[in-house]
Amino acid sequence: MTTWAARPVDLVALVGRAALSLVASLGRFGTFFASAVAYAVTPPFKMRQLVGRIHFIGYNSLVIIVLTGAFTGMVLGLQVFITLSRFGSEAFLGPAVALSLIRELGPVLAALMVTGRAGSALTAEIGIMRITEQIDALTVMALNPFRYLVVPSIVAGIITFPLMTSIFDVVGIFGGYLVGVKLLGLSQGTYFGEMKSFVDLGDVTTGVWKSLSFGVLVTWVCTYKGYHVGHGAEGVARATTQAVVLCSVLILVWDYFLGSVLK
Amino acid sequence: MIRVENLRKSFGGQPVLKGVNLEVNRGEIMIVIGQSGGGKTVLLKHLLGLLRADAGRIVVAGVDITELRGEALDAVRRRYGVVFQGGALFDSMSVFDNVAFPLRERTALGRAEIAERANAKLEQVGLGGMGEKNPAEISGGMRKRVAIARALVTEPEIVFFDEPTTGLDPVLVNTIHGLIVDLHAKFAFTAVMVSHEIPEIFKIAQKVAMLYDGRIVEAGPAEAIQNSPNPVIQQFIRGDPEGPIHLR
Repeated sequence: MTTWAARPVDLVALVGRAALSLVASLGRFGTFFASAVAYAVTPPFKMRQLVGRIHFIGYNSLVIIVLTGAFTGMVLGLQVFITLSRFGSEAFLGPAVALSLIRELGPVLAALMVTGRAGSALTAEIGIMRITEQIDALTVMALNPFRYLVVPSIVAGIITFPLMTSIFDVVGIFGGYLVGVKLLGLSQGTYFGEMKSFVDLGDVTTGVWKSLSFGVLVTWVCTYKGYHVGHGAEGVARATTQAVVLCSVLILVWDYFLGSVLK
Repeated sequence: MIRVENLRKSFGGQPVLKGVNLEVNRGEIMIVIGQSGGGKTVLLKHLLGLLRADAGRIVVAGVDITELRGEALDAVRRRYGVVFQGGALFDSMSVFDNVAFPLRERTALGRAEIAERANAKLEQVGLGGMGEKNPAEISGGMRKRVAIARALVTEPEIVFFDEPTTGLDPVLVNTIHGLIVDLHAKFAFTAVMVSHEIPEIFKIAQKVAMLYDGRIVEAGPAEAIQNSPNPVIQQFIRGDPEGPIHLR
């Protein structure tokens, strides 16, 4: 009798604990970002660390961005050409490729690629610094680890993600050009000329806003996961996986909401 | 210089420190000994302001740091040098940059002065000419010495050592201990060391405190502790498996 009566109470307690834990985690996540913003706008600014992070997140991701951008554009060029040719509208290949890349695929795929390459490394690096007491070493030197590790990463994300996305878009458009013009015989003038008629500044700013917000999102999640890593190598591995999965999901969810707002 | 009063700390309802009282005088080497997992590092982390006490008080150089945060706590930490158990060297930097880092970030010294001081400190720990190496390229003993050089490069008043000789061979243990004694004689800092290198620590300690079951069971001059009639201390010093100490 007692167990029967206790079960619903246990269930409520379980749900309550889970809810409290979730709210506490979200609170920590929000406070972490608020602290980063506060340190980002107050001196001293760590320029050397910022340059290092730009190199780490941006420059080191260039090869993968160029590669994936080129093949995304080529696949788009091929598939969109096949679809448009069924309606006799091959002339719109240029704008279709450009709009898909600039508004949607460029920001999303570039963010996913940078998450896979630099985001995971960021979490692992900060996580290892945590478990090997390097973050404690900074703290006891009276040097704020946020200023050295978190703020430069988030600011570097804001700077590099739009740049990476722009490179992805440009390379992708040339990938589409290679397939559409050089391989499938569309005229060069049609490919680029129609693009000028259909792509406006609003499309470009939509892409820029998306990539900016992805830059913040990815670096925020990855630094948070690294900073609050569990114990040992297993903790670092778990944090890295969680960071990549969470970033990937958030990029797609946030892309939908931003896409609805930025029409 | 450092006074710990009735310090208590629990993790997940499990008490680790049950009322620690400890006093460290200016300029002395105090070594805290005790079982592995007995709370020595937890005690040290409280002194460094990395953990918050559940109850009790920590006073450093007349400043109650128990509730201090932010800039006020950093002002006390600027008087510290810390040698972590694993060294905690920044693996993205060379040995030289590790030692120069606190000077670059915390002082207004010029590049030449920083280089001179960092190289001098590396010379003092016997690592002159090793500055360009990466921490991953040097041995465990060398890493500990780099960590000591980094901790002392700002000439702090108080230096904390968290098991600085763990995992080293006996020759290196004595080398590191000798180095600490030499540097202490030269710079006259107050040292708090956590260690269980018995009996080697009795050669370098001026005072020893034994932490057992969350409390300091006895603290005093090294010789007095070594000859203490307390069965817990005697069992620990002899490394006897039989006695009042409960295994963890």
